[in-house]
Amino acid sequence: MGATSVNRRDVMKRAAAAGLLAVPAVGALSSCASGGGSENKAEKGKKTKKNPLGVKEDAGLTVYIFNGGYGDKYAQFVTDMYADKYPKAKPDQKATEKIATQVQPKIVRGKPTSDVVNNSGAEQMNIGKLVHNKQVADLGEVLDAPSWDDPDVTVRETLVPVVEQMGRFGGKECYQLNIALTVYGNWYSKKLLEDGLDSAYPKTWDEMLAVCKKAKAKGIHGWSYPGGHPRYMFFSMYAMFAQRGGRDVTEAMDYLEPNAWKHDAVKDVFEAWEELVAKKYVLTGFDGNQAHTEMQTAWTKEGKCVFVPNGSWVENEAKDTTPKDFAMTVGATPSLDSGDKMPFGTLYAPAGEPFIVPAKAENRQGGLEWLRMMYSKKAAVNLFKEVGSMPVVKGAIDGEDLPSGTASAQAAIKAAGDNIVIPHFMDWYNELFREDFNNMVHTFMQGQIGPKQAMDIMQKASERILKDPDISKVKKA
Amino acid sequence: MKTDTQVGKTPSSKGRADRGPAPGAPGRLLFLAAILLPPRFTPARVRYDRRYRTLDKYRFIVGFLAVPLAFYALFVVSPFLQAIYYSFTDWSGGPVANFVGFDNYQKMWNDDRFWDSLQVSALLLVIAPVITLVLGMFFAYMITSGGRHRRGQAIAGVAGSSFYKVVYFFPQVLSVAIIAVVWGRVFNTNSGLINGGLDKVGVTGPAWLGGDSTLGVISLLTVISWSFIGFYVVLFSAAMGAIPSDIYEAALLDGAGRTRTFFSVTLPLIWDTVRTGWIYMGIQALDTFAICLVMVPPHVLKVTPVFLYERFRDGQYGYATSIGVVLLVLSMAFSLIVMRAGNRDRIEY
Repeated sequence: MGATSVNRRDVMKRAAAAGLLAVPAVGALSSCASGGGSENKAEKGKKTKKNPLGVKEDAGLTVYIFNGGYGDKYAQFVTDMYADKYPKAKPDQKATEKIATQVQPKIVRGKPTSDVVNNSGAEQMNIGKLVHNKQVADLGEVLDAPSWDDPDVTVRETLVPVVEQMGRFGGKECYQLNIALTVYGNWYSKKLLEDGLDSAYPKTWDEMLAVCKKAKAKGIHGWSYPGGHPRYMFFSMYAMFAQRGGRDVTEAMDYLEPNAWKHDAVKDVFEAWEELVAKKYVLTGFDGNQAHTEMQTAWTKEGKCVFVPNGSWVENEAKDTTPKDFAMTVGATPSLDSGDKMPFGTLYAPAGEPFIVPAKAENRQGGLEWLRMMYSKKAAVNLFKEVGSMPVVKGAIDGEDLPSGTASAQAAIKAAGDNIVIPHFMDWYNELFREDFNNMVHTFMQGQIGPKQAMDIMQKASERILKDPDISKVKKA
Repeated sequence: MKTDTQVGKTPSSKGRADRGPAPGAPGRLLFLAAILLPPRFTPARVRYDRRYRTLDKYRFIVGFLAVPLAFYALFVVSPFLQAIYYSFTDWSGGPVANFVGFDNYQKMWNDDRFWDSLQVSALLLVIAPVITLVLGMFFAYMITSGGRHRRGQAIAGVAGSSFYKVVYFFPQVLSVAIIAVVWGRVFNTNSGLINGGLDKVGVTGPAWLGGDSTLGVISLLTVISWSFIGFYVVLFSAAMGAIPSDIYEAALLDGAGRTRTFFSVTLPLIWDTVRTGWIYMGIQALDTFAICLVMVPPHVLKVTPVFLYERFRDGQYGYATSIGVVLLVLSMAFSLIVMRAGNRDRIEY
């Protein structure tokens, strides 16, 4: 900015005039000239075939990784890849449990010291606010770039589509990229279902009820409900809303549209579950903070129930109580009837572990390149080997030796194809899920309220959030 | 006195009407300077001024109070004032806080979640002090005067009373988080101590913290009272110990039994302590944050401080502080009401 208007003689004169006071002022001027203001001050190199993002080879790179359940070894692998390709850059990886404290102040001041950030954990930065304040870069450039393994295929084409969907905040731009997939659904023991109950996985709700009835005759509950964490029910219910009513229904929920929760599809799903509850097919009594582990123990070790609502982390979490021949499997949502808008196999499978690049990162291209490497096959396989999570890179872990739950989750994703649904409102308006759905579904699973009240409560909550001036809304593009 | 003769030239003008310094009296500036000077270095002219004595007195008091008051202002008064200010803004934790008038209070008025939580808090506010104080008083009375009459003593505690006094105090020593976790386990539906015991006698125990809000309130009340009773036992036994034993002897000679003695002698004489304890316990009940947060799942019930905490968590700092201000007003109103309602003539002994 003002660099040209202040020449050295002027500065000297002013310094002489103003004495010591001028020194900090000069500092401010020069930092203004080198730092903010200009749009693309980030260091850039030449774009070539080998360097499609135009990374400046000797520009330093700082990577911040959330040091949580995943650790940071999986990311060090990528940082090492970067060091191999750009030895002069000397990339530096920092692991922290407090992403927000470490990274956010510098981003807010417009002088980020980080070039790519794993924005995760309990202390993650509020991505909605970052997007709102234009502090994160559009990552579309990475998605458009040729992929690491095959220059003829773009990065976008190598990824499952939810990655891009989950990076969008109402517009076309993609502000965050996730690296691991979670598959939610109805988890069961293939052994118990096929050998013990002599049944196949129910593809319709009637079949589901039949399996539950059969189980009941054997003294086993068809389902189970972790009362201490009612939200788990969402893991099995959400895809049903979509499957029954199509994407319009779930989109209406995301954008807090009027009567979003009063749609017939929502009613049908609640009614289906109401029948299950009324017939006492559901194993209850798991209260308190450890409800999910208690439920999983009853499910794996004690064989007290057939299905549990859960996500793909359960295989790892319940490892200690799972018998060897349990054959943990995830099943997609059974169809209600032929009136369903989406086919059987519709899956609630979001991507997790988000990464962002600060809008004013000094080595923005390097940050983007790091993400391109993260989406390489070998980094994806490494991610799976390090932390056991499914990478978002399509087919990356085909042929690997997968445990049964992960294998079934992979198969479910393949079977779902494009029919993968994601509740954006969970990111955008978290309290609608964490508080309102959670509290409502508990009374529902206890049989205290029916479908009508359930819908009323959710609709009212949705309207409350729409009116709340403290919550910034995501507008439909 | 010399000061008198110096100032009061005419005896009639000695009153407040005579404000201005008499001729020859020290100037205002000199007087201000004298505030900081030790008496030894104060000019005699000032030292023998009538007003110097007042100055010396207040200087002495201020000298002791200044530092504590400054700390109080800095760490207590100013956060309160700031909180009140922020409750009128849309502050979300960042550098910007826009003034929004009464929007937060309006939002609270229309927020069902707030009223639900307040209902629970109000219930605790009314019931918890009653249970805790009554039980605390009962135990304290048993400890100080519930025992058999031994020779030469008008009153005595039950056997082993000093041991009980220590045992009752145990919960006070435990951290609140531990209390909440342990009791959470005790109330567990499938593997808890209570339902396990009920199972043994052939009764299927309910899901204490499993969703029914009445059971939830009962559980919460149990834990709050359990953890605070020890404190009140100690407080009340100290108050009861201060009652002279000749009053008890007189009551005994008049043929009063234990119950009669309690209601006619002990209770009136410790009434001040009871009232203080009542206010204190009420505020504790209104502030049942940690136990509720750790022990009770949020879908069962939540007290207002937990609701406040959740708003903080969601970055709605302005709204959260306005809830805090409402809680402050409620605590003060409660204290005033109890002070007024519990006002009785003090009995000197």
